Amino acid sequence: MYWIPGIVAVAVVAWFVGTYNRLVRLRNQLTNAWHQIDVQLKRRYDLIPNLVEVVKDYMSYEQETLARVIEARGAAIGAKGTAAQAKAENMLTESLKSLFAVVENYPELKANQNVASLQEELTGTENKISFARQYYNDSVMTYNNTIQSIPSNVIASVFDFRPSEYFEAGEEVKTVPKADLR
Amino acid sequence: MTTHACPKCGTMNPAGAAYCNLCQEPFVHKGVSSFAGASPGTEASARPPLRSFAMLPFNEAAAGNVRMSRLLFLLLFAAFFALGGIIGKAYGSVGLGLALALILYAILAATAWFSGSSIVLSLHDAREADPEKHRQLLNVVEEMKIAAGLPMPKVYVMETDGMNAFAAGRKPDEAVIAVTTGLLTRLNREELQGVVGHEMAHVKSRDTLYNICAAVLVGAIALLADMFLRDTFFRGRGRSQGGGGGRGNVAFLLLGIVFALLAPLAARILQMSISRQREYHADAAGAEFTRNPLGLASALEKISRGGAGVPGENRGTQHLFIVNPLQAFTALDSALMSTHPPTELRIQRLRAMAGASGPA
Repeated sequence: MYWIPGIVAVAVVAWFVGTYNRLVRLRNQLTNAWHQIDVQLKRRYDLIPNLVEVVKDYMSYEQETLARVIEARGAAIGAKGTAAQAKAENMLTESLKSLFAVVENYPELKANQNVASLQEELTGTENKISFARQYYNDSVMTYNNTIQSIPSNVIASVFDFRPSEYFEAGEEVKTVPKADLR
Repeated sequence: MTTHACPKCGTMNPAGAAYCNLCQEPFVHKGVSSFAGASPGTEASARPPLRSFAMLPFNEAAAGNVRMSRLLFLLLFAAFFALGGIIGKAYGSVGLGLALALILYAILAATAWFSGSSIVLSLHDAREADPEKHRQLLNVVEEMKIAAGLPMPKVYVMETDGMNAFAAGRKPDEAVIAVTTGLLTRLNREELQGVVGHEMAHVKSRDTLYNICAAVLVGAIALLADMFLRDTFFRGRGRSQGGGGGRGNVAFLLLGIVFALLAPLAARILQMSISRQREYHADAAGAEFTRNPLGLASALEKISRGGAGVPGENRGTQHLFIVNPLQAFTALDSALMSTHPPTELRIQRLRAMAGASGPA
């Protein structure tokens, strides 16, 4: 009967290793998901100059709208801190929205192949941003559930796995992408 | 940090959101309460029940379908080895029958495993998507791979007016997703996203691998049964006159014949059942990615009206597609032998996920 404690010990160690590795995997998934958001935000910054370049000749009377987009892009790139950045990103989204609303008034622009494909690119990027945020939040939920529920919370507290925060966006960000840019 | 659970479906939403991210239920803002990070017991009476992601309506549906298809798969597996065992017993040795079954399975499985998805792609005349021409499709696939947290699959296009799509590949990093040009021209972006989300769900839950395994088992059962029946009827008579069989095996010989006749049919039924469960599952999981079950619902509606034919359609690959290209299943059809659930039922379930009162 000496083997019983042995088996129990092996089972405990196996559970311990398995759980610890799962927590590490979830935490890394979280970090990766967060970077995914940044990748998409950056892609949006890169797309905007192209868009402005294409539409500016047609829109001589709408310089103000264009200037707002450029300004919002600059503010978003320069924003420090999560809250400030979220705010700046919202402004950028809003300004793009009004730009595309203006494009609707210019039949030549709407027919322009470059504009159409840039519009699709921006819609795609807006969607990717929001799906990246969604995936990040889903990952946060899985991670938090794991480190807070019994029995994995024991290992989480020993090795200092802390609950992570959800990404929060203002309602403008949430409602934007689908309606206007299609 | 504040979050707000939707009173209707329980989804977590950012505080201040105008409507629910999942079911589009508009929010009344005074109901917003703060509970994230609070320890159990504090302000317990004031806060709505926090439902975890795993408890969302479509996740319940998805988990049920996964359990069901696993059970069915085990049944299929058990049937295969039972057949092998009974046939072996009829010839005198259970071990021999089991060994035969195992070898047969290994050969078929290896063939299916290494042939990969290239056969399916060439069979249906699928070409790699053009980065310029199919920009929107590629964008939508990338959106869905982000939502699913998967590597980017290879994207293919089939040139046809029919509206259909399929996913293949043994694991997510070698996955392919193929759609028809008919689908691209006739669906709007949201509907396309629904279809791609469904296919991405097949990739994520490895249904493509499941399909291969199930098809291999069904094929192996049919082959084994066939071999046994031939042997019994053409060669067996002469041998039993020679007295080689032994009396005790006659009962097992009969049992073997009955089993060999019934098993292939039963296996087909099981395979179809697995396939249907997986379709429901992918619908639900796809809606989890898009957070918009109505997009897929409306796409399915268009597909069922517009025709789902694809080049090279055949019985061997019919179960791979989002809608069966060979036949349309209605609620009146015999459920037993359909690869897909009736499209109307799938649409109904998707609408129910969006909340019964959601826009049609």
